[in-house]
Amino acid sequence: MKHIKQIQKATVKVPSSGHACGECQTSCQSACKTSCTVANQSCEAIQ
Amino acid sequence: MVHAFFMIDRHIVYDSDSGAFFELDEISYDVIRLYIDGKGQRPSVELLNDSVASHKTSILELQEICDDFDSIIAEGTLFAAPIEYDYHHLYPDQPRIKAMCLHVCHDCNLRCTYCFAGTGDYGTGHRSMLSVETGKAAIDFLIAASGNRKHLDIDFFGGEPLMNWPVVVELTHYCNENGPKHGKDIRLTITTNALLLDAEKTAFINKYMKNCVLSIDGRPEVHNRMRPGIGGKPSYEPISKRIKAFVERRRSDESTYYEHYVRATFTRHNLDFSEDVKHMAESLGANQISVEPVVAPEDCDYSIHESHLPAIFDEYEKLARYLHGRRAAGEPVNFFHFNMDMSNGPCVYKRLKGCGVGAEYCAVTPEGDIYPCHQFVGVEKFLMGNVSSIHSILDENKHLIEGKDATDILDQDTLQIFYDRLMPNRESCKTCFARYHCGGGCAANRYFSTGSLDEEYRVGCELAKKRLECSIWLSAASADSQI
Ligand code: SF4
Ligand code: SF4
Repeated sequence: MKHIKQIQKATVKVPSSGHACGECQTSCQSACKTSCTVANQSCEAIQ
Repeated sequence: MVHAFFMIDRHIVYDSDSGAFFELDEISYDVIRLYIDGKGQRPSVELLNDSVASHKTSILELQEICDDFDSIIAEGTLFAAPIEYDYHHLYPDQPRIKAMCLHVCHDCNLRCTYCFAGTGDYGTGHRSMLSVETGKAAIDFLIAASGNRKHLDIDFFGGEPLMNWPVVVELTHYCNENGPKHGKDIRLTITTNALLLDAEKTAFINKYMKNCVLSIDGRPEVHNRMRPGIGGKPSYEPISKRIKAFVERRRSDESTYYEHYVRATFTRHNLDFSEDVKHMAESLGANQISVEPVVAPEDCDYSIHESHLPAIFDEYEKLARYLHGRRAAGEPVNFFHFNMDMSNGPCVYKRLKGCGVGAEYCAVTPEGDIYPCHQFVGVEKFLMGNVSSIHSILDENKHLIEGKDATDILDQDTLQIFYDRLMPNRESCKTCFARYHCGGGCAANRYFSTGSLDEEYRVGCELAKKRLECSIWLSAASADSQI
């Protein structure tokens, strides 16, 4: 493709179990906490 | 949802449902905009003809671009079908409180102008310290409330937690002894202004705390303006010295854990905050940095208004360029808000449920009072209970008495308010390209800026969207330079 360059492929977001495991870290976004924003976390289920 | 944007030097199209993104040239960018206007339909020849002249191209070339987009669409990468999820699968059983902000001290040795905690006492006029006994009850409550969740988080918070250090030490050991007994992995964090950070405390934190958040506002004049000591004394010098020393040791082999953030708050007074990031990276040696907007009442002279957004957007772009330059030079700086895992990241449920305020996360004060999160501490209508009640439902081995649930000690109406707000069902979120990265934003920001837990906090939303664009831009720039 001359005019289009793919940077990121599609990602699968639905867990294979079909449901959330509830193990991942909570993600407070407030200025004083900096624990984690939602999308930079790793998934506990696949660790 | 498909979002096309131009930033700095790149035309980009991103699909929030598939998570894929592409870099385009000017011609294909105009073509994708026609697709977006047509909700994913191939543009008509008439529409394409209008573009021919403006791009000095041929209709044939535009048709070829459309062919490429059509095949990308057919494979489900652009204009992807909305992700199918079922909110009933959000929690395997029910939401479980599994993270706690433990206020070991409602007192502080700084007098930061913007402190939401009323410079430590949370507006009560009463400065207090957590006792070991109340701290242990809080940990017992968390373990009991977490049900079958294994990974628990506790953040030692304040005021300034180092002012009550012996209690932090004792509670750390209590977690390490009692977590495994109940099959829990309790991960500890401490959030500090670093003023009392010495070699001994550093060694302890590096041995036991999975994460450590250190506050400094960047350049000396910026820091001293908003983060003075008691009596207005400048605090930059002692704090910067201690943070520098801490960061060095945290990154050395002596530390069990690496995760840490040197963090700042920016206000209307330093909308050029990329200079503060540079200062933290270059003068303090920090490579894990977070700089976040203050949330304050509209009428404060340092609060951020919608009119500041264009300047902040420019600054974020400047910052993205700087971070890219550091990466390219082999000296990467991890900027918290641009650090999004584009190729992996958590599952859709995690992405949608956000912070878990009051349902998965709570804050406990030195008096043992339980609130939905640290920002709501002191808002009486959201008081959920007190950890001292936990003793009545635990046996001598600290196991729940049969038939009891730890959340029984919480005010059920308040709990329900926060259960009901776990998912970003607001209309504005449903149609937002940032929804799988934002998680629905901060309920406390909404509450304190609009008076409602649900009302859109526009400044917060616009910033969240801009940060996502910056993260995508950085990925594209890195891909180009193969870093
Ligand atoms: S409501 Fe805001 S401050 Fe409270 S836990 Fe959620 S993101 Fe953090
Ligand atoms: S940026 Fe705003 S509208 Fe978009 S998902 Fe977040 S809270 Fe919702």
